[in-house]
Amino acid sequence: MGKRIGVEVSIAIADAVKLARAEVIPAYPITPQTHIVEHLAEIVANGELDAEYIPVESEHAAMSACCGAVAAGARVFTSSSSQGLSLMSEILYIPSTMRLPMVMVVANRAMSAPISIWNDHQDIMVQRDIGWIQTFAENGQEAVDLVLHAFRVAEDRRVSLPMIVNIDGFTLSHVIEPIELPTQEEVDAYIPPFKPKRKLDPRKPVTMGPVGIPEVYTEAKVAHDHAIKNSRKVILKAWKEFADHFGREYHPVESYKAEGADTILVTMGSISETAMTAIDKMRDEGRNVGLVRIRLWRPFPAQEFRAATKHAKVLAVVDRCLPPGAVCGPVGAELRSIFYKIPGAPKIFSFVAGLGGRDVTVERFEEIIDKAEQYSKRRPKELYEVIGVREK
Amino acid sequence: MKENIKSRHQKHGLETSAVNTWCKGCGNFGILTALKSVLAKREDTLGSLVLVSGIGCHAKIVDYVAVNSFYSIHGRVLPVACGIKTANPRLTIIGHAGDGDAYGEGISHLVFAAKRNNDLVFIVHNNRVYGLTTGQFTPTSPKGFKGRSTPKGSIEEPFNPLRLMLASGATFVARGYAGKHAHLASLIEQAMVHPGFAFIDVLQPCFTFYNTYKFYNEKVVEIRDEHPVDDFDAAWKLAGKWDYGLEADQIPIGIFYRIRKDTYEEELLPKETPSLDVALHLKRHHF
Ligand SMILES: Cc1ncc(C[n+]2csc(CCOP(=O)(O)OP(=O)(O)O)c2C)c(N)n1
Ligand code: SF4
Ligand SMILES: [Mg+2]
Repeated sequence: MGKRIGVEVSIAIADAVKLARAEVIPAYPITPQTHIVEHLAEIVANGELDAEYIPVESEHAAMSACCGAVAAGARVFTSSSSQGLSLMSEILYIPSTMRLPMVMVVANRAMSAPISIWNDHQDIMVQRDIGWIQTFAENGQEAVDLVLHAFRVAEDRRVSLPMIVNIDGFTLSHVIEPIELPTQEEVDAYIPPFKPKRKLDPRKPVTMGPVGIPEVYTEAKVAHDHAIKNSRKVILKAWKEFADHFGREYHPVESYKAEGADTILVTMGSISETAMTAIDKMRDEGRNVGLVRIRLWRPFPAQEFRAATKHAKVLAVVDRCLPPGAVCGPVGAELRSIFYKIPGAPKIFSFVAGLGGRDVTVERFEEIIDKAEQYSKRRPKELYEVIGVREK
Repeated sequence: MKENIKSRHQKHGLETSAVNTWCKGCGNFGILTALKSVLAKREDTLGSLVLVSGIGCHAKIVDYVAVNSFYSIHGRVLPVACGIKTANPRLTIIGHAGDGDAYGEGISHLVFAAKRNNDLVFIVHNNRVYGLTTGQFTPTSPKGFKGRSTPKGSIEEPFNPLRLMLASGATFVARGYAGKHAHLASLIEQAMVHPGFAFIDVLQPCFTFYNTYKFYNEKVVEIRDEHPVDDFDAAWKLAGKWDYGLEADQIPIGIFYRIRKDTYEEELLPKETPSLDVALHLKRHHF
């Protein structure tokens, strides 16, 4: 087992990509993701990682180059944020339905306008339905672990899908945390060499990406849908084996003091750590509250989520994304759907907080829980509520 | 609107309340000085002026000049500028882009603006580095450039934006230097009166990530009056004098090429009635 050292999370992620032996890294800089790919450029240049780094001219080019490189049989990594991720959007649907596995870290950042380099989840929610497997990290160690897990899962032949590991911009990407990086031998034992199901091989010609006429388009999409649903088993098994190899356990959803809690706060990403502090405080004050954090966003772990919140009466769901004109935040919508018509389902209240780098403090979480409990007795006027809006 | 801006300018000049956050010694100050000196002389037109910027250090220039502006996104200065101009051809548009913006992320727009001869001024703050994202190589960084994305040195040859513009059909192709304000100001002034796409590549030292002052101070020479600005071959040859590499005998600055061709707006809109109502116009022509 490697040593635990204090290191910037972006640097640790780049080191994890090195340990995973990525072979082609097409990348374009954008804050707050830049340190990850810059560090990779450095370790490729100094020979620590035997890979090709392509400093492309745009994110559109980066994601296109990623597709090409996987098609040619390489292990591929890239990273982006915000407008950069959006510029990839045209291509993002392609590797998933074409079953080209790769790993991307998205350092989550708000979308313009107004211009903001700070953190929320609007960039990734735009890409909710691209058909990639998606996880969210809570802290630096988890970011590193999820990257290793992602290579293992994405390239598994039963899965063969691209994967995004979301890390909160700045609050994770730019902080220094004590992180334990495994050794090369340990990672090699966990991530086998990439053996793609199909690749562009002159000896066995294939056509990649042809037209899907109406007679086959639906089937191609359904096959993709099956693949991502079936990936669940592989995802869980890879986490189980991760625990065997590295001693750290991960699950699709994690509970914190949620057992028997009447009201459960639901979060995703790094705000979960502050949320835990809020739960501790409220528990000390005698409140029967708990927390459930979502780690696996796609495929959505409905079964695990329902089990984790089985006895809850109220769910207070925090989204980091404002969906103007919608009926609630994307995470809230997911949860309302999975409980629809389920007897004894908890009442679900949707909150939006922490947009464009606004801190979500312990007090804010307390406010959210208080409001959810009030609303469970008296229906709120709005379908979702934005927390912490300044009046002047 | 115009009146408000006028009275504002009488009181405060072109100053804004924004705090300037460029690094000390940044070449952008030279561009700002040149631009302001031109605008100060053309006070009557300030109300109809719009600055459009990309994203990068250069883009902050719109915060520092008290005129209408539109802060667009990285790489998209030109399509935004083109939209503004088409909707209201009476406006004068100056686009400010970085070399990353103009020659990387948004290069297709640059080629098309030149091809269409959109009636715009386009100033590229060419520091040959991504400044705002802290020092990565760009399409005009020299081969061997050691930036954060190319620690061993870039393996690509830079391209020559002047030749790119000439090949794309630009009707006004110039190069300025941020260290020569008065000369740059004269280029901006001439670009503003040029009907059609007026392109100025401005050599802008990035004090923090690519300090090129010494190199440019030694190499930059003003193009002589004898240069035939309407001669494509002469412009092409002159533009080839320096290929944006690490070496140079001389780096010519000034107007390389200038010809008069119908602008996009002249082609698009009926000449006899310059109309603001584009929608009506389009309807009439069944586009
Ligand atoms: C789509 C997109 N990708 C990446 C970025 C990140 N980004 C901001 S500024 C910039 C480069 C700036 O370089 P340049 O255009 O040369 O301007 P300078 O800062 O040097 O003036 C980049 C890559 C972005 N804002 N949007
Ligand atoms: S980084 Fe370079 S371009 Fe940006 S403000 Fe500083 S000196 Fe100017
Ligand atoms: Mg630049």
